[in-house]
Amino acid sequence: MSEIGIRLAGLGGQGVVLSSVIIGRAASVFENMEAVQTQTYGSDMRGGDVCSEIIISEQKILYPIVNYPDILVVLAQKAFSQHIQDLKENRILITDKNLVEVNNVSKNIKHFCGSFNNIAIDKFKDNRVANMIMLGFLIGKTKILSQASLEKAIVDLVPANVMELNIQAFYEGVILGNNL
Amino acid sequence: MVNPVTHNLKKYFRGEINYTTCPGCGNGIVAQAILWAIDDSGIDFDNYAFVSGIGCSGWIPSPAFNTDVLHVTHGRAIAFATGLKLAAPNMKIIVTAGDGDTSAIGGNHFIHACRRNIDLTMICVNNQIYGMTGGQIAPTTPYLSKTTTTPYGSVERPFDLSKIAIAAGATFVARWTTFQARQLRKTIAKAILHPGFSFVEIISQCPVQYGKVLKKRNDAVAMLMDYKERSINLKKARELQKSELKDKIIVGEFVEERNVPELTQEINRLREEALQKCQR
Amino acid sequence: MEKNKKIRNADFLQGNIACAEGAIMAGCNFFAGYPITPASEIAHHLSKRMFEVGGTFIQTEDEIAAIANVLGASWGGAKAMTATSGPGISLMLENIGLGVVTETPCVIVNVQRGSPSTGSPSIHMQGDMLQSKFGSQGDYQIIALAPSSSQEMFDLTIEAFNLSEQFRTPVFILSDSLIGHMRERVELPNKEELALFERRRLKSYQGINQKIFLDEKVALMPVFGNGLKANVTGSTHKEDGFRNVSDPKILDNEIKVLSNKILKHKKEIIRIEEVNLEDADVAIFSYGLSSRAVLKSIEVARKERIKVGSFRPITIWPFPDEEIKKLSNRVKTIIVCENNLGQLLPFVKAAACENCQVIFLPPKTLGTLYHTMEIIEKIKEVV
Repeated sequence: MSEIGIRLAGLGGQGVVLSSVIIGRAASVFENMEAVQTQTYGSDMRGGDVCSEIIISEQKILYPIVNYPDILVVLAQKAFSQHIQDLKENRILITDKNLVEVNNVSKNIKHFCGSFNNIAIDKFKDNRVANMIMLGFLIGKTKILSQASLEKAIVDLVPANVMELNIQAFYEGVILGNNL
Repeated sequence: MVNPVTHNLKKYFRGEINYTTCPGCGNGIVAQAILWAIDDSGIDFDNYAFVSGIGCSGWIPSPAFNTDVLHVTHGRAIAFATGLKLAAPNMKIIVTAGDGDTSAIGGNHFIHACRRNIDLTMICVNNQIYGMTGGQIAPTTPYLSKTTTTPYGSVERPFDLSKIAIAAGATFVARWTTFQARQLRKTIAKAILHPGFSFVEIISQCPVQYGKVLKKRNDAVAMLMDYKERSINLKKARELQKSELKDKIIVGEFVEERNVPELTQEINRLREEALQKCQR
Repeated sequence: MEKNKKIRNADFLQGNIACAEGAIMAGCNFFAGYPITPASEIAHHLSKRMFEVGGTFIQTEDEIAAIANVLGASWGGAKAMTATSGPGISLMLENIGLGVVTETPCVIVNVQRGSPSTGSPSIHMQGDMLQSKFGSQGDYQIIALAPSSSQEMFDLTIEAFNLSEQFRTPVFILSDSLIGHMRERVELPNKEELALFERRRLKSYQGINQKIFLDEKVALMPVFGNGLKANVTGSTHKEDGFRNVSDPKILDNEIKVLSNKILKHKKEIIRIEEVNLEDADVAIFSYGLSSRAVLKSIEVARKERIKVGSFRPITIWPFPDEEIKKLSNRVKTIIVCENNLGQLLPFVKAAACENCQVIFLPPKTLGTLYHTMEIIEKIKEVV
């Protein structure tokens, strides 16, 4: 497998960075791959723009930044307009159905969306797990890493008292991704 | 034949005693008071380390005192001493600093050492002037003093260093002048054994630079007599009105608080707690 | 987010955390620092870890106190470190000079950010390369290492401690905010497998004129608290530590010996990485993160059969001028890539210009990583 570059963009508080760190951890610690994660914040941490990038690869990764993502995950409208021009033909776009209105996107871009935020609120009574549903959806759709590795990475990074909830949300997302 | 007599404090010196200070400087009295106090403490001189900064006070221990001596940058002696004490907590560490070191360039380190209550003894030689650099105004120079950088007279109010130490939380604070050499020795001996940050301010004569300001140039004796006149003991001062204390130097031991947590012991506690958590 | 997690043997670590763990692995037992973006994670991590390994962590009142604490602790026998960014280094520089002339081992991490003054705290630049070498007053030599990955943040921090202990001198890690915040796979060695250099200490008091400073072969260090009567000063001094500030010969000796202590050991100190240089017509000089864009560009160019290779100094100071001179005999052109306005460029030119041409290529926008196309275009232009 060659390098896969993923960019996740949204707002502070949506767990964008945590999601990317979970992917990197799953790849590098639990699947013996290489991974590089970088992040940029807007002017303030909470509520500002957040963008996190992660590259996973079987080989050593030289260039650590994703200029043109293979997978672009967008969780806010502003982030959509900021990042969509970097997405080339035949790449994957994942959005939150209720938070991002997708328009003027090339037909050759593979677009998938799910109601991550709404499901988090309706089913799990906690919008903080929306990122886990998104993560499960991403894995279910793309199968870039195994579910088991992701689960192990979540166990490593999520506080014990909310771990069960996060793992449930993750698998909810996997099912959603498999089925849609 | 002359029968050679060796001074009791000679054993604490690195080679020949060769101070480069000006005639009449208070450094000699301060150095003796420190060494007599160490002599009284019964603790081996090898267990002491001195840290000093820049200015005449820096030369009290460096290079003369025959133990570990660290002579550092201007104002930073306390910060170096803090690191040294944290790494070698069993050592007795004495900082000698001037009033410029203490309250101008190094004022920040001074108040934080008071706040942290780290077990250091700070001897502050306050000659109320910048001596080594040529008689410029210090943060301790009295109002309206004419110095080399205040030809029209100083328009800034001076610091009371002991008051700063007390306000910043030092657990041992005392002040004497070089005239009270015996009391000074006793106080320093107490300060060394005090389990926390101890601050001893010594009003000390600089006959060359501050003598000039007072129109008593090169007259150390006149300056000492002036200290004698103006010194008033803390207990006596408490009974007097503010107006009666004008131009007086209040001397004595202001603060001695024993049951305040000391920094190196606190850090030891953190280590034990962290280790226990680790093993669990 | 990884704060309460035990580090694994192969882990996914932020550069700053890898640096902190490298310090622990090297035996660092004293950290003093003052919060600053983008270096604070090192302090966060060590505020917990230092106590677990029986060491000391202190958040000082400012960066001046941080480096003073570190140097004081080093004389107390500790392996000591501080971490900051450019503004903090600016405050530390006077005492770093004292660390050099009193021959005090310690490690100083600079996670560089952009611009003079407050600048841009989370934009990465390589703007303090000269500051580390020339920032403190007077002539002196320093050792500085430039990591390019989380793994190197770990490995080179250990290396920095080893060099500082071996040569009794402050050693810089010159990282930047992108490396510091970037997460990557890091493999941690077993401590037993590591070769750690422990400082060579003076064992017993040798008399008033004992030689405790100014030896090109590195004098034994009289660590405090051992009855060694160490006489240490930042003023100009002789081998025994006695101050002499009036005789130029003493000054001359001090400056030359301290410089030679580093320069005569360049072979032991300097580490470089050469990639694809065997048959290269063009070499690209780059370091730190920039080198990863360079290596990627070379990978692409090589597929087009362009004979280009990479020269990466891992040791920035002392500068690897002899290695560059050798390189200049083999190639036609050296392209210098650094994320600044050409700080190391004059040093490359001085070493290489007699034999080959030297061209400077900064990133199109300072504070960003080179786009590979920028470098590839330049390579094609000069071939």
